Amino acid sequence: MYRTTDGEEIFIIDGHVHLWDGSKANVKNVHGQQFIDCFYAYHSNLSPKEYLWPKDKFDKYGEEAMYEDLFVTGYDDMAICQPTYLIDFYKNGFNTTESNYVLKKKYPHRFIVNGAFDPRDGEAGLDRLDELSELYKIQGVKLYTAEWRGDSKGYKLSDPGVQRYLERCEKLGIRNIHVHKGPTILPLNRDAFDVADVDDAATSFQNLNFIVEHCGLPRLDDFCWIATQETNVYGGLAVVLPFIHTRPEYFAHVISELLFWIGEDKILYGSDYGIWSPKWLIEKFMAFELPESVSKETGVQLSLAAKKKILGLNAARLYGIDVDAQKKLLVETRRPVPVGV
Amino acid sequence: MTIMAARPAADRTAQVWAQLQSVTDPELDEPVTELGFVTHVDVDAGGGVQIGFRLPTYWCAANFAYLMADDMRRAVAGLPWVTKVTVGLGEHMYADAINRGVAAGLSFQHTFGDEASGELEEVRRTFLIKAFQRRQEALLTSLLEHGLEPAVAVRMKVAELAELPGHLASPRLLDRYLERRFVVARHAGDAARASEPAFVDSSGASLDADGLPGYLRALRRIGVNAEFNGALCRGLLAARYGDVGAPQADIKPVHFVRAGDWKRDGGFASTTGKTAGSI
Repeated sequence: MYRTTDGEEIFIIDGHVHLWDGSKANVKNVHGQQFIDCFYAYHSNLSPKEYLWPKDKFDKYGEEAMYEDLFVTGYDDMAICQPTYLIDFYKNGFNTTESNYVLKKKYPHRFIVNGAFDPRDGEAGLDRLDELSELYKIQGVKLYTAEWRGDSKGYKLSDPGVQRYLERCEKLGIRNIHVHKGPTILPLNRDAFDVADVDDAATSFQNLNFIVEHCGLPRLDDFCWIATQETNVYGGLAVVLPFIHTRPEYFAHVISELLFWIGEDKILYGSDYGIWSPKWLIEKFMAFELPESVSKETGVQLSLAAKKKILGLNAARLYGIDVDAQKKLLVETRRPVPVGV
Repeated sequence: MTIMAARPAADRTAQVWAQLQSVTDPELDEPVTELGFVTHVDVDAGGGVQIGFRLPTYWCAANFAYLMADDMRRAVAGLPWVTKVTVGLGEHMYADAINRGVAAGLSFQHTFGDEASGELEEVRRTFLIKAFQRRQEALLTSLLEHGLEPAVAVRMKVAELAELPGHLASPRLLDRYLERRFVVARHAGDAARASEPAFVDSSGASLDADGLPGYLRALRRIGVNAEFNGALCRGLLAARYGDVGAPQADIKPVHFVRAGDWKRDGGFASTTGKTAGSI
């Protein structure tokens, strides 16, 4: 919960968090090592100095640090775990629904745990999706299209086979499809970051919501274009938001484009924890005002009402959270303070 | 090494750097040298050139990595004394394939075999068009801000644009735009180009004066995206290799600071009316 200087409470749902294991013990090969090292470069490039973590904490921070950083020192009220399996890179997977669910069991009112599917898994993958739905009652899936699988270097939502998975999602009530476009896909001569396949899927599956993580970066321009035409396409702010510290002028321009093209009802805050932490992201976002020169040029405003939607109300709508009831529940079930020995 | 031998080697190294300045990252539309992607250039006595190449992440897209490496090879091989060019890309998921392919002068398809289904013309063209749009929006917005009438802008010819004096148009924005103007409507032969319209859309059609603000508003996102990515790539490169190379604080984006990097003197509106009226 964030309180404004006027005492107003802002309910915050963090749309993008991870509980990963990038430790040496779990790394399978050079790709796994490079993956976590690359995350650390994002962390060290964009975090304020006082929030920099040592690499060993970053490799594997664990459940307690995560709870603390999100809900105690951070301002998150709830957080959505987005799994990234990477089973070709990590022995036990990088960040799985199963490991995320351990958190959910400990703190049931704090976490929403998403599943994942990979269309290259065929029939077995569909069965697995049924199982995830049954076991964890998932309302969403996270898709990482650049995931390597044997000889395959990724997939597109327009590939044959994906349709069956999306149909199954519809049937199981898994309404929120979070898509992260990554750097690899075969054939290599095509643009792996192209977001046109999200457009096709969103047109075909009007009952599903497509949340494009990182707002389609590095194809934010194409993402804006498709999101403005599709009513069921949303943008997740992870990676965009941390620019608010090191490069606020870039953040100002990007958030203006997003507000102009897709609007304040379709932008979702996400910290991408553990890459970045909610505490500084939220403080800076709440304090942020669009420079007048930018508002004048782009014709948009970032109002308090827009901030509230972005920080929680939009995600609450997608995940069926009754904010007032949830606030009450969180007060009633506040984590007990351990009694000193 | 004697001074006599060192001088030509230093000259040749400088020539190689000058050639590399013309090679751009297709997505970011900035020279690879300014992005800090080239770490070193070595020239040997036999005319062999070795170029050190690095990227912000291990995962940077293989097709763009190949394009940059191959463009570097071609640009440098154009120097008359060069006998061989090797590009050494390090710490990249496809480093070995790219280094081998470029050294052997192989096409993209041959370099990657079954992992590619063709060459890179399509992706290259997609990004050339984006570069054209971004450069056009930056220039045109700047010209309009400084008093150029939309009705005049849409009728302007390439030759008239090229001749705008430095106090009316930022030379940097102007040169960058003209360099990409004929990415679209390429049918115009060199001789005819001067009399072609200065500003057209990505399909080569002329622009409408009344719709110009909306047209530019829509193009704006292309520059914003490229500049955001440029800042991200520079930051990741610095984080990966330490703060060597281009100091980040000095980076001046082409677009965001378009009004700040060039102080106009006068402008269209404040001239006698002769300049604005004559174009």
